[in-house]
Amino acid sequence: VFGAGGGTSSYEEVRDADLVVLWGSNARETHPIFFHHVLKAVNRGARLIVVDPRRSSSAQWADLWVGLDVGTDIALANAVGRELIHAGLVNTAFVERATTGFDAYREQVEPYTLERAGEITGVPAEAIRELAHAYGRADRAQLCWTLGITEHHNAVDNVFALINLALLTGHVGRYGSGLNPLRGQNNVQGGGDMGALPNRLPGFQPLSDAAVRSRFEASWGRPVPPEEGLHLTGMFEAMEHGELTALYVIGENPAQSEADQTRAVRLLEGLDHLVVQDIVPTRTAELADVVLPAAASWCEAEGTVTSSERRVQRVRKALDPPGDARDDIEIVYELGRRLGHELGSPRGEDVWDELRSLSPMHAGMSYPHLEELGGIQWPCNEEFPDGSQFLHGRLWDEVVADRAPFTPVEDDPPVDVLDDDFPIRLTTGRRLESFNTGVQSGAFSSPLHRHGEAIQIFPDDGARLGVNEGDRVRIVSRRGAVEAPVRYDETLRPGLAFMSFHFPELVETNVLTIDATDPQSGTAEFKAAAIRIEKVSA
Amino acid sequence: VDLRLLSAEPTDAEREAIDSVVGAPSANGGGRVARGGHALRAQRHLLLPALRAAQRRVGWVSEGALGYASRRLDVPPADAYGVASFYHLIALEERPADVLHVCDDIACRLAGATVPEGANPSPCLGLCERAPAALRTIAGEAPREIQLPEVGPPLPQAGEPGLRLLRRIAAGADPTSLDDYRAHGGYAALRRALELGPAGVLREVSESKLLGRGGAAFPTGVKWEAVARQPARPHYLVCNADESEPGTFKDRVLMEGDPFALVEAMTIAAYATGCEHGYLYVRAEYPKAHERLEHALAAARTRGYLGADVMGSGFAFDAELRIGAGAYVCGEETALFESIEGNRGEPRNKPPFPVEVGLFGKPTVVNNVETLANVLDVVGSGGEAFRDAETRLFCLSGHVERPGLYEVPVGTRLSGLLELAGAAPPKAVLLGGAAGTFLGPDDLDVELDFEATRAIGATLGSGVVMVFGQSADLADAVLRIAAFFREESCGQCVPCRVGTVRVQETLQRLAAGAPRGSVEDELALLDELAQVMRDASICGLGQTAANAVTSAITRLGVLAS
Repeated sequence: VFGAGGGTSSYEEVRDADLVVLWGSNARETHPIFFHHVLKAVNRGARLIVVDPRRSSSAQWADLWVGLDVGTDIALANAVGRELIHAGLVNTAFVERATTGFDAYREQVEPYTLERAGEITGVPAEAIRELAHAYGRADRAQLCWTLGITEHHNAVDNVFALINLALLTGHVGRYGSGLNPLRGQNNVQGGGDMGALPNRLPGFQPLSDAAVRSRFEASWGRPVPPEEGLHLTGMFEAMEHGELTALYVIGENPAQSEADQTRAVRLLEGLDHLVVQDIVPTRTAELADVVLPAAASWCEAEGTVTSSERRVQRVRKALDPPGDARDDIEIVYELGRRLGHELGSPRGEDVWDELRSLSPMHAGMSYPHLEELGGIQWPCNEEFPDGSQFLHGRLWDEVVADRAPFTPVEDDPPVDVLDDDFPIRLTTGRRLESFNTGVQSGAFSSPLHRHGEAIQIFPDDGARLGVNEGDRVRIVSRRGAVEAPVRYDETLRPGLAFMSFHFPELVETNVLTIDATDPQSGTAEFKAAAIRIEKVSA
Repeated sequence: VDLRLLSAEPTDAEREAIDSVVGAPSANGGGRVARGGHALRAQRHLLLPALRAAQRRVGWVSEGALGYASRRLDVPPADAYGVASFYHLIALEERPADVLHVCDDIACRLAGATVPEGANPSPCLGLCERAPAALRTIAGEAPREIQLPEVGPPLPQAGEPGLRLLRRIAAGADPTSLDDYRAHGGYAALRRALELGPAGVLREVSESKLLGRGGAAFPTGVKWEAVARQPARPHYLVCNADESEPGTFKDRVLMEGDPFALVEAMTIAAYATGCEHGYLYVRAEYPKAHERLEHALAAARTRGYLGADVMGSGFAFDAELRIGAGAYVCGEETALFESIEGNRGEPRNKPPFPVEVGLFGKPTVVNNVETLANVLDVVGSGGEAFRDAETRLFCLSGHVERPGLYEVPVGTRLSGLLELAGAAPPKAVLLGGAAGTFLGPDDLDVELDFEATRAIGATLGSGVVMVFGQSADLADAVLRIAAFFREESCGQCVPCRVGTVRVQETLQRLAAGAPRGSVEDELALLDELAQVMRDASICGLGQTAANAVTSAITRLGVLAS
């Protein structure tokens, strides 16, 4: 958001908000810790609005659920923006002082009337209006999103559509109001912050910036190539074209987590050399030439993690790793040594201090300081010695030096279109007790696992297709087909189906999904596949 | 809410019954928009009425009914189960539609009550003047509850002049006729109140020095003024008609015999304290009172004595009936709030007191039925005049010739009251109910007012005067009281939950002639338990649970040898 790779607000502000909007997020199941803060707000009296094609378990808590069609978020957001403008709910002082491009935005959203957006999204005009007015009138509003926004071919546009709403209303950069992409795991934020992105160096610093590069070059004593690397989807494309022939995978399971899984496995199998470093034997590891067993970073290693609210926290080693497993840093450093490069001390604190010398937003976060404050939210440096509760406070300065731009975006429906052959929209997502491909969660027994994988459909669709709960069906997309049992789900509606991908050994859901990818983020459109459901005779 | 729904489905009958309380459901699933959240969860107070409706329809609360009520009100089923299982009269296991609850409490035991096979034993049903008594509940399309015997003895003071609270009942006024109520002076007090204005009413009530008649004897004027000046809105009025103290039936007689008086008094209280909405919480065991009050509320509404414009004054007030489900502790005011809100009836910690944080977290006036009934005369004749003519109600039961409800001037001697009711010289009198005190033959000269009873270490409580004749088995009564408190403790706080059990066990050992150590050791233990319960229990239930037991031992030597 505005050049900073993180949510703008803190959990405390979420608790103190008057309105929380979860847009494309079922945080109740996918970000339960965060949702716990949302519930504190709700129990304090805050309103909760959930925008999601499914009436998810988060939506069960909501004052208003808006059940739009999959992939119509921009139309909805633009209509909300138009309504804010027409209803006089624009924060004109903020727009004039802190933003640019309002006029172009206003012109661009003008055609998105409530009625037209209603036709595109399927949401009654009245509900769109209610959403707009609730957001426009709230004194403190948090707009939060996750993969429902970003797992689309136009993910970045979706995010811009939401940012525009915060700029219209001034719901950013001050206590209690903010824009928050919720991050998975405990450290997805930290991964990005450390430069695990193709166009960023540690500290979320742009690779394209020569001054930044030269600082790293000075420290590392080697040139840093200015060309952007590949994101995951780009790597698979490069594999397809034979440009990428060796892959080193750390803590990922692309053989099961990639869209269009049949293709992903074929490409991984075609590599000259595949190295997998993980704490458990994954499906990808089965394809590997070399497997490097790693220590579990939450209990067998020293280091830090960074949460969704940009809070860096210390992790301490409690156990020695079992068998031959070794700390990730040790493995990488040892690999470096054998390749002829001494990378220095593999101690967590030494690596961290090197980062602090190169990343301005981490500069003030020494281990003792992290310990003292119980974690610190970046940026933390001379300007913000104890960290920063929220970002972009500068937008509320008397004179805003660096204004935030409106970015007009147009509705652009999912790539995988519905037609007579593939009439049902399949969307995928996670369930509370499972995580992604089940590498970490599948091995544990849980009463919630007992159903395994299923395709969830609205009961009326089941009746129309002549399938009952528990019947096995064949699910066909333009890319492949899988079989799964049917489960009825009243939180859906006719024509909308849902699957998770937690049990790839049972059902390889990602055989169905499309790898249409957002050119800027590299994220595939997991959220929108077109399918048909066929009865399987027993 | 995070609902882990029960898989069982309700029957059509259960669904209809619950819908009749919570409203018809909107289309379930498949839609584009759903509204819920705060607005839906604010309906939680309908949980107990919904469960009651299901039970009245089919005789019990099935898993399907519980799950459906949970779903409709956005309450987790485990939470709803916690509520349903809190109340004696909600059955969570299937049983016949026609159930007999037979009272085996102290007054009915004196009348030789036995519980026939297939019937449920019940704590006091508040029918002590017609003991032994029972309550029959018949579920179905036209559910009925019948108090047995259906008719009790006539009001002992029927036809007598000079009564205040029982004036209309003694004169035979028709409790189902608003016009007859008015013909007997009804709604004159409300007219007077509207002339006085809220401040004027508060002044009269304060001058009257009226004390609460539910047992705690708190000055009504102080309570009303405290609520009236609270800035938080809205204010709520609650009439505590959860009369469950064993031996008490005064409020029932008032509600059955003079229901409009209570409605009028509530309206005056609401007017003085700035309430727009009132709740009348009546125990489930009083079906006739429910019927009479429901009728009185509707009639008053029709005639403009309740509603948006009370008596054309512009003052808006309405009240609704809420029915309990069998829980003595809900007579405790904060437990009663919890019950109305749809929760387990567990008392809250105080402070904050209800005048600041009461029902739904708002400033709340909560008064007992008899207290409110007095307000009519306080306003009608003025606070000072009221003070000179103040009377009290006493519930006479046990070994007396003419059991029933008596109204006598404050300060009447106990012996005089016993004479009025035709009691032979008794072995003991239980004053104030199960939470009260046993008095011996030497104490009968006591004047029945707060100071005099306090001076001899007793309490008037809720006006119970239960007479134990020479043949009575006092040990049996003491053991029954101990069992009662063990059963009725809500279990929330340790001193009460554990204390009531230990008291009962100790008494049982003494009764069996098998004390642990010496009898003196056991009596010392009882003293200590009583002390801990008094000092450390959250609410009045635990604080007073050992009173009657210890008084029987210390004053009368019951079980002490």
